[in-house]
Amino acid sequence: MPRSVRCSALSASLLAEQVLNGLQLGVMLFLMAAGLTLVFGVMGLINLAHGSLYMVGAFACAATAAATGSFWLGLAASLAAAAAAGALVEIAVLRRLYARDHLDQVLATFALILMFSEATRWLFGSFPLYLDVPRSLAGAVELPFGIRYPLYRLMIIGVGLAVALGLFWLIGRTRLGVRIRAGEADREMIAALGVDIARLYTLVFALGAALAGLAGALVGTLQSVQVGMGEPVLILAFVVIVIGGIGSIKGALVGALLVGVTDTLGRALLPSALGAFMEPSGATAVGSAIASMLIYVLMALVLVVRPAGLFGARA
Amino acid sequence: MIPERWLNVALAAGLLAVPLLAVAAGETFTVTLATKVAILGLAGAGLNLALGYGGLVSFGHAAFFGLGGYAAGILASHGIVSMPAIWPVAIATGGLAALAIGALSLRTTGVYFIMTTLAFGQMVYYFAVSWPAYGGEDGLPIYVRNRFSGLDTLDPIQFFALAYVLLLAALALTARIAASRFGLALAGARQNPARLQAVGIRRYGIALTAFVISGAITGLAGALYADLNRFVSPAMLSWQTSGELLVFVILGGTGRLWGPVAGAALYVTLEHWLGGVSDYWRFLLGLLLLGVVLFARGGVIGLLSGPPRHG
Amino acid sequence: MKPTMTAVLAAMALTAPALAEPVKVGMITTLSGGGAGLGIDVRDGFMLAMQQANNPDLELVVEDDQQKPDIAVQLADEMIQSEKVDVLTGIIFSNLAMAVIPSAVAQGKFYLSPNAGPSALAGSGCDPNYFNVAWQNDNLHEAAGAYANDAGFANSFIMAPNYPAGTDALTGYKRFYEGELAGEVYTQLGQTDYAAEIAQIRDSGADSVFFFLPGGMGISFMKQYAQAGVDIPLIGPAFSFDQGILQAVGDAALGVKNTSQWSKDIDNPTNKAFVESFQTEYGRLPSLYASQGFDTANLLLSAMGKAEVTDADAFRAALEEADFASTRGDFRFGPNHHPIQDIYVREVVKEGDVYTNRIVGVALKDHADAYAAECQM
Repeated sequence: MPRSVRCSALSASLLAEQVLNGLQLGVMLFLMAAGLTLVFGVMGLINLAHGSLYMVGAFACAATAAATGSFWLGLAASLAAAAAAGALVEIAVLRRLYARDHLDQVLATFALILMFSEATRWLFGSFPLYLDVPRSLAGAVELPFGIRYPLYRLMIIGVGLAVALGLFWLIGRTRLGVRIRAGEADREMIAALGVDIARLYTLVFALGAALAGLAGALVGTLQSVQVGMGEPVLILAFVVIVIGGIGSIKGALVGALLVGVTDTLGRALLPSALGAFMEPSGATAVGSAIASMLIYVLMALVLVVRPAGLFGARA
Repeated sequence: MIPERWLNVALAAGLLAVPLLAVAAGETFTVTLATKVAILGLAGAGLNLALGYGGLVSFGHAAFFGLGGYAAGILASHGIVSMPAIWPVAIATGGLAALAIGALSLRTTGVYFIMTTLAFGQMVYYFAVSWPAYGGEDGLPIYVRNRFSGLDTLDPIQFFALAYVLLLAALALTARIAASRFGLALAGARQNPARLQAVGIRRYGIALTAFVISGAITGLAGALYADLNRFVSPAMLSWQTSGELLVFVILGGTGRLWGPVAGAALYVTLEHWLGGVSDYWRFLLGLLLLGVVLFARGGVIGLLSGPPRHG
Repeated sequence: MKPTMTAVLAAMALTAPALAEPVKVGMITTLSGGGAGLGIDVRDGFMLAMQQANNPDLELVVEDDQQKPDIAVQLADEMIQSEKVDVLTGIIFSNLAMAVIPSAVAQGKFYLSPNAGPSALAGSGCDPNYFNVAWQNDNLHEAAGAYANDAGFANSFIMAPNYPAGTDALTGYKRFYEGELAGEVYTQLGQTDYAAEIAQIRDSGADSVFFFLPGGMGISFMKQYAQAGVDIPLIGPAFSFDQGILQAVGDAALGVKNTSQWSKDIDNPTNKAFVESFQTEYGRLPSLYASQGFDTANLLLSAMGKAEVTDADAFRAALEEADFASTRGDFRFGPNHHPIQDIYVREVVKEGDVYTNRIVGVALKDHADAYAAECQM
């Protein structure tokens, strides 16, 4: 029997669903990128181990949820564990590196990745952990225009946007925000003003770590909680903040949504679009190959037009 | 403190003596390890030119390393098995890739540059994984090690000799470049871009040239590494490889001529030795690296011969 | 007739030559990083068989390949050049197998594969010294295609990562599946979010979904698939349903049909004893990888009882006989030294607190692979 791949015209509701998927990925990347960009903006530190904090959050959530049966306790544990791990690492190691060049920071945080990964493997073993969405958020809901969409993913979009608003408020409207902005502008100045800069830095780092841990826990329910889960996300988060502009929360949000939507739509549309010109199996292979490079092409384009990213203040 | 020149001589002699003694003792595998050190040292020497001399922290050098490897693998799969024919292609591939990636990445500096090179490295990696023609994720075997007329490249010590000579040549080239007018301009671009601008030299051109030469040397190392393993795969292009190349350079001593060789030697020895100590040996490796960054700045060479003399 | 496990061991003890040459085995497997679970299972299964046989002539060296081809090649060099091993085994991933095996067998070593079975080594690249004790890579996917026909599916959506094993998987499925394709999608290797693909599946009008997503990818996909509320039945090879993975997927996997050459409820004494002793020894249920490691060791032990490893021709002939009690019951080699075996359909079930599989049928009986005809040796 001849086989055929059905070339369906892309329906509007499928497209809308894919855009939602892109937004959800974007929001998740934002949680990662926000911490990275904050830490860089304030302390001038490039932290490769940010992905490890994401992993810590996911493992803490899975372990707590398994022990207590409550996803929400797990979520709280992920925030606490990632923030604690972040603060610990900041105090023990990273604060010695603020004055160093980026090269030392890269090497030290690369070393931290190795240590976090192996320590996690030692604690939890080599098999992936179980973590599922809470029953109250399981299943899909009907949206307008005939879209059915998982409730849990809608919640991730909601949480991500809420965190974005919260961060804008924190940085724009609070005393801590004033200090953070002052710290970005002039470190000596705020030290002279009597702000305990060491504590401020630990706080900012723990905040960034907690956001990464939150992302890890939220995504851990959708994915596999396993050692090494952080690095692919870390690299995407780098792409996000290069596009958005390092140090800018607004840039991280815009960059994350751009990357999320580009990646999702590229994967969904390119193979079938190429199918119009080529035989199907070749089109899917080539289409997937190109789709996997799409966000890097996007990054290259942004760099050509604006080397400091879309909202970058300094290069 | 041991003068750096003596240390370099000792390193060169040591790297030559170990495999020769190993052959005498019948320990063939030690020769393979020494060859690995020479090749990774060569790759590190390429990176060192950009990183140590030019201050360009590239987190994407695996791209050039892997592309050089693929140049060797792909040519071999089409029946071109002569190393002298393969090497120029690997050098050109590494150089051209560095030209393309560098031209875009060097529009940025500092931490942007690190992340951009990392991202472009990942782009090449994903392309290699998903492009089916040359094995994709499975990689590409080179069934018989490529040839070099007059030598039996399958004999470990003769293959080592080839890698060693190329390493010496690359280090000689690096030393010449560092001492040249171009090298001075490159040092200027690292230390004080503004002043360089003031005397009418554009940083971009200088840095890009250094980056291309750096990519070319690393590409050559990639071709040799492919022949050492008789295999190329996307793993050579992965970000972990980029990280390891950085580790070689920094462990040995950034901007020191023989630093990458010292770093690669230490890394390969540790990997070999720690692997036997514990299943969780990578934790120990991480701890050690952390110790070097925090307490032994300047790496092995800095530790033994003090800070570099300023020329 | 198959001798029982104890009978085999007793027979070996009787027939083993008094002054047998020791056999040194080098095991290169993945013991660290994301794929470590598979290597650990193969190693533990292998060591369990060794421990039960208690044959002092068998010596084992285990090394971790970190799932990196270059490390695997160097370990193979080390084992051949400095450890002077006679037999190599252990590699989990096809890309590492392709890096190591051709040059190892070219140097006259035996290689017994406990997991990877790339098509290149089953067809024109086959070698007299290379034996695969697990399966040719396509086998379980072919069985999934055959099962889809039996189950009356006529419009499958098929999906795999975009890398050689992924293309092989879809090719294998299509080799046996006779219906229409509702869609064919290649995902990115290591992809963690399948929302876009799930939306396509829902929209495709498929009556079944075949997917090959090993390791963490499969966990992610199944969880997201269940959450999306799509109820089109899933079919997959056992790689996404092994004992290590199922606990991480949970309810999302319940009821899913998957194809495997092994299951813990295959009814034969060897298998019963294996499952029991593995649980006692390691405190967890064995996976198919553990069974493959166990079978590999027993194959080797059976050959050691018949011939000296120094006499390569005799040893090869002894391996070809495959005269050992397999956990799979019937087991023999085809002309290309790959298994001819039954492949079962299993269903994911929950026994107490533990997610596991139970056999619900046979997908293919005495199944060989598609490449044997290309093998000249």
